[in-house]
Amino acid sequence: MNAPALETRGLSRRFGGLIASDNVSLKLERGARHALIGPNGAGKTTLVNLLTGTLRPSAGAVLLDGEDVTGLASHARVRRGLARTFQINQLFGNLTPAESLCLAIGERLGHGGRALVSAGQDKAVVLEATELLERFGLTDAMDQKTRRLAYGKQRLLEIALALACRPRVLLLDEPAAGVPENERADILAALAALPADVTILLIEHDMDLVFRFARRISVLVAGRLLMEGEPKQVAADPQVRAVYLGESGHD
Amino acid sequence: MSAIAAPDRVAAHLNRGGRWRPFEIAFWLAIVALIFALPSRALLINEILLAGLFALSLDLVLGYAGIVSLGQAAFFGTGAYAAGIIATLGVAEPLIGLVLASVIAGLLGLITAPLLLRGSDLTRLMVTLGVALLLGELANRNEWITGGADGLSLAAKPVLGLFPIDFTGQRNASLYSLAVLFALFVAARRLVQSPFGLSVRALKENPLRANALGVSAARRLIAIYGIAAAYAGASGALVAQTTGLVSLDVFDFHRSADVMLMLIIGGPGYLYGGLIGAAFFIALKDGVASATPEYWEFWIGLPLVVLVLVGRERIGGFIARWARRAALLAMRGAA
Repeated sequence: MNAPALETRGLSRRFGGLIASDNVSLKLERGARHALIGPNGAGKTTLVNLLTGTLRPSAGAVLLDGEDVTGLASHARVRRGLARTFQINQLFGNLTPAESLCLAIGERLGHGGRALVSAGQDKAVVLEATELLERFGLTDAMDQKTRRLAYGKQRLLEIALALACRPRVLLLDEPAAGVPENERADILAALAALPADVTILLIEHDMDLVFRFARRISVLVAGRLLMEGEPKQVAADPQVRAVYLGESGHD
Repeated sequence: MSAIAAPDRVAAHLNRGGRWRPFEIAFWLAIVALIFALPSRALLINEILLAGLFALSLDLVLGYAGIVSLGQAAFFGTGAYAAGIIATLGVAEPLIGLVLASVIAGLLGLITAPLLLRGSDLTRLMVTLGVALLLGELANRNEWITGGADGLSLAAKPVLGLFPIDFTGQRNASLYSLAVLFALFVAARRLVQSPFGLSVRALKENPLRANALGVSAARRLIAIYGIAAAYAGASGALVAQTTGLVSLDVFDFHRSADVMLMLIIGGPGYLYGGLIGAAFFIALKDGVASATPEYWEFWIGLPLVVLVLVGRERIGGFIARWARRAALLAMRGAA
């Protein structure tokens, strides 16, 4: 495949007078480990929402594997292989992890409309869910209501759910946000173990995580792309240091 | 970790709702026993069963899909009138009338469901209420087919040509209602633990995430609303067939409100809530009304307020806990 896995062309979004995304053009090759950083209010969340289809752009286009998906609703983009995690957990509190994962897998396989068989009778779905539970260390918690799980476990389920969609492109919106120090290693391990052929765009505040994970970094400031490059270049760039790294106190 | 047995554990967990627990078997057998033990209360039992079916329909909509509705009577009434009209057209078999009536109500549900996809709970309350009012007025105006204010009276023929369900066969009537209720309950039980049921529950829990997993909210909500409408239609049709009467009050607001009360009392979201709530509500109403015919509404209102203020606890949950404790004691006794 020659076309980038994920591409945006001149993506813009205005809220009244505010330009939250300003002519953003990104290209992520297949298997990319790309991080998107920027100070608060830089428009990272807006960009994610434009990519997933939660928001419609004022101008510009979103392409998945070279296909224009700008007009597609978010659930349709998921079917095209674009999945995301959320900065603030978006889980099903009264469903169990096993149920949540089977739901996601079943939807991907197009079994979601089946009304007369029990969800547990779908062997393929159950096997895959078991495997994901195992991989994310959720096997023991699989039959507890999600809202009763420890926060770190919920965070892992957040990522597992996105992976259950078998995405070709995965957007990780601050996966480590709010995770206490002692549960952080689990998240890092989970991120490191993500399938190599999945294209990943990581939106993150935590510079440590970004520099450990990303092979390319884009810096977003005031809705606009300030620069893009390898972690070393970005870290060394005086402009970036001025607007971003300096501000967060990281060196 | 038992890696070998893991898929079986996951499957067993997902299928857990399918196992019939002793409590459930006892519940249904008790109804059959009541019908035979209390022939003089057959009418009341029938009323409870049909209100329970109606509440089950609301449970699918409110308890599982999270769609608040104050107009479930729209489908109840449609089912009742459809069954009445079908009978007056000369279709003798009640089962055929029942199926047709609930299909018609279900179709009406599918048609009106798109109105509920946008907006808040408040708009949904208003829209569902409005649809029921509209249908009530339509029934009032179209006297030529509905009988207008006089209503329709129908002489239901025996079910399958064998079991009379009119006033000569009140026990048959409640057995007929019970059979239909049970069949639809089993179907609902399957439905809520199917992949479709999971997706509907997920949409209630977190529509944003459900969407991000590829669930198409509109389709699923329209489908569950249509199914619930068919359930409500079935209960309306059964009321028409077993009482032999359809009048304009089938579309009344109080029906939608009562069924909501029943469901809340019994507890939404676990299928039995509507049945238990209906039994509680109607038995209470019946008991109070015969004790103090003048002020019965006061004595209905009081326990409801107390229930909400003090208990904040559904009756069903209480019974389930009590049953579990009894089972535990019995097990200990056996050991």
